[in-house]
Amino acid sequence: MVDENSKATETGSVAEGIHRIILKYPGQRRYSLAILQDVQKEFKYIPEEAIPLIKRHVGVSEGQLYALATFYKALSLTPKGQHIIKLCDGTACHLRGTNNLLGELGRTLGIAADERTVDGKFSLELVNCVGSCALAPVMIVDDDYHGKVTMGQLPQVIEEYRDEQEGGSDE
Amino acid sequence: MSERTTVCGTPPTAFGAATAVTPRRCLLVCCGTGCRANNAMGLADALEAAARDAGLDVTVSSDAPQIKRTGCNGFCENGPIVKVHPDDISYYKVKPEDAEPIIASLGNEPVARLLYRGEMRQRLTRQIDNPFYAHQQKLALRNIGEIDPLVIADYVAAGGYQALKKALQMSSEQIVEEVIASGLRGRGGAGFPTGIKWQTAAGYPAKPKYVICNGDEGDPGAFMDRSILEGDPHSVIEGLTIAALAIQAEQGFLYIRDEYGLALSNIAAAIAVAEADGYLGDDICGSGRKLRLEIVRGGGAFVCGESTALMASIEGRVGEPRAKYVRSAEKGLWGQPTVLNNVETLANIPYIILNGGAEFAKIGTAGSTGTKVFSLVGKVNRTGLIEVPMGASLRHMIYDIGGGIKRDRPFKAVQTGGPSGGCIPEGQLDLAVDFDTLDAEGAMMGSGGMIVMDEHDCMVEVARYYVKLLAEESCGKCTPCREGLRQMLGILTDITEGRGQVGDIELLERICATMTAASLCALGKTAANPVLSTIRHFRDEYQAHIRDRSCPAGVCPALTVYVIDAEKCTSCGACSRACPVGIVSGEKKVPYSIQSEKCIACGSCRDACRFDAVIAMRKEEVA
Repeated sequence: MVDENSKATETGSVAEGIHRIILKYPGQRRYSLAILQDVQKEFKYIPEEAIPLIKRHVGVSEGQLYALATFYKALSLTPKGQHIIKLCDGTACHLRGTNNLLGELGRTLGIAADERTVDGKFSLELVNCVGSCALAPVMIVDDDYHGKVTMGQLPQVIEEYRDEQEGGSDE
Repeated sequence: MSERTTVCGTPPTAFGAATAVTPRRCLLVCCGTGCRANNAMGLADALEAAARDAGLDVTVSSDAPQIKRTGCNGFCENGPIVKVHPDDISYYKVKPEDAEPIIASLGNEPVARLLYRGEMRQRLTRQIDNPFYAHQQKLALRNIGEIDPLVIADYVAAGGYQALKKALQMSSEQIVEEVIASGLRGRGGAGFPTGIKWQTAAGYPAKPKYVICNGDEGDPGAFMDRSILEGDPHSVIEGLTIAALAIQAEQGFLYIRDEYGLALSNIAAAIAVAEADGYLGDDICGSGRKLRLEIVRGGGAFVCGESTALMASIEGRVGEPRAKYVRSAEKGLWGQPTVLNNVETLANIPYIILNGGAEFAKIGTAGSTGTKVFSLVGKVNRTGLIEVPMGASLRHMIYDIGGGIKRDRPFKAVQTGGPSGGCIPEGQLDLAVDFDTLDAEGAMMGSGGMIVMDEHDCMVEVARYYVKLLAEESCGKCTPCREGLRQMLGILTDITEGRGQVGDIELLERICATMTAASLCALGKTAANPVLSTIRHFRDEYQAHIRDRSCPAGVCPALTVYVIDAEKCTSCGACSRACPVGIVSGEKKVPYSIQSEKCIACGSCRDACRFDAVIAMRKEEVA
């Protein structure tokens, strides 16, 4: 895939990063989820090489770790985009037009929910209520909350995030 | 060490006198998640800068006003909110550029344009004048918006940790008795009596025991727990500590959704400072009693709000519920006696211990004492977080506090209790809202989400929405829930997309009956509520979808197209600007029109039109 090259060169640092995370926690089963969450935050997904390292530390089987990684929504085994767009599908947002926003984002980005754009810039997620119902409909890009979002605003908001990283990540 | 005792030895002040934190003039800037989304932090910075520019040094103790960043005031739609004490002025929708005029106005006339406008357009200065706040009674939310959650002295000055000190002088039985006398029932949804739960766990000799705070608030439309954790974390810590004293636990956990970033960081900061000040740790207020608290971040699984699934998740396992032949109070976390309480439940505990259970029981109804926090959202004029005595009517909340339905459209239904709850129609608006009344109606108190719907909301689509959420979140352990939800989702999707068949409604009812009888946990047992309650009260709407291939609310895109009523159209162009696919066109003085063959039936034009000129039609009729 797109990331294949960068992934290969980064394998060393991936293992390093995972070790750094693991060492923050005692080697007990109950810290498995916390470790996986930190790995997810750091790498935007759970890299395959993380599983055996975590397994050795907390002392559960790889199967049990994969069970966690596939059960909990916050964890993903496939890479997410640089920017993660979370569209709230809580009831209040749903009634105020989440489906329309989802359609418009789909048209703007060319992806559906749970997909990543070809250039790796954006992931689109439909999430459960984020508890900002009074601002419905709500969209969260990375950690920024956008309240009372309208379909008309979307292309502009997306462009702002696209531009933000332009300098750094272009070849 | 010496500091520890001095902090713990601060003389008590009257509990509940939250506003009297300081006689100094104080600007309280609401910095809850909602207001932050509208740049409340920038506003607080601007206020500090404006004060400095005006020669007022806000950082040192002086006569200059203090600027505090508080938790959520609940009226998020009108945020950021700034309150000025002791003048009792409330400003709404404040922007950083308003900082200067606000600072300049201190001690003089308030800035009129930032005051709330009443129904007669009059300007309302005090918070209590605002109809949104006038009918509320704040107990669980008592400190939120009044104190800086990161400053423990604020909490202590508002009467905080006095209940803990009192509890340290009481026996375990006395604490339990007080909570039983209060009649407090679990605010997470099930409404189990808190005191009984504590008594049961206290009665088992096995050690260690655990206390858990359930902050995995997952019901869509509910955000009271987040608000309490963000805005008054010490009240939860104090409540949890008292629970630990009651059952003799020395280890506690707070399981909080990972999505609640601010709540997580505020509660972590509060635990650290409570330990440093001796309210937590190995020697609570010099009593020799111990409690260690640990935060566990949720993994984004709705089912983990279920107590046994939550405990499995803390143990580092997949969050699947277990059958409850044995109660968690006997064998819970790691097989040990465990008490698990919801955030709002715990926030009520300090009040009960300090004022006595009997005092608490005076509020609310006989079977449901105290107050309840609701998030009033959806199609009401004033949305937000409200706290009212149990037994208040739906009409009171929706019309007196919420200000009625947006654009004065007719009320259609209110959904309470999230995916476990149901829809309540207009005929039952005078129902008293308490645990038992709602249960009897096939709805549920749930955690307190209250979503108001108008005639533009399709009840079949609402049922489909909840079933879809539950189908995705069902852990899959038991067959009735896993397969039942999958089948119901298929049927409901068919109905909303025009493929419904005669007999579908009856089939749904049968699946619901099986799921209610045979599912393992509450997720499956209550999953029938959104479906059955909409069928019961809006059966004709289901039938219209199935028989006439028509969505009476004009929502389901597969069945609906929009047309413009030329007589009502004023050619204002609002619909054209709102259309995301650019197919609404027209010109001045000529009625607009929609190219129906390209219409995606999103309804944006109908929402934008202020003259009701956009009409939803049956697709088959137009095509």
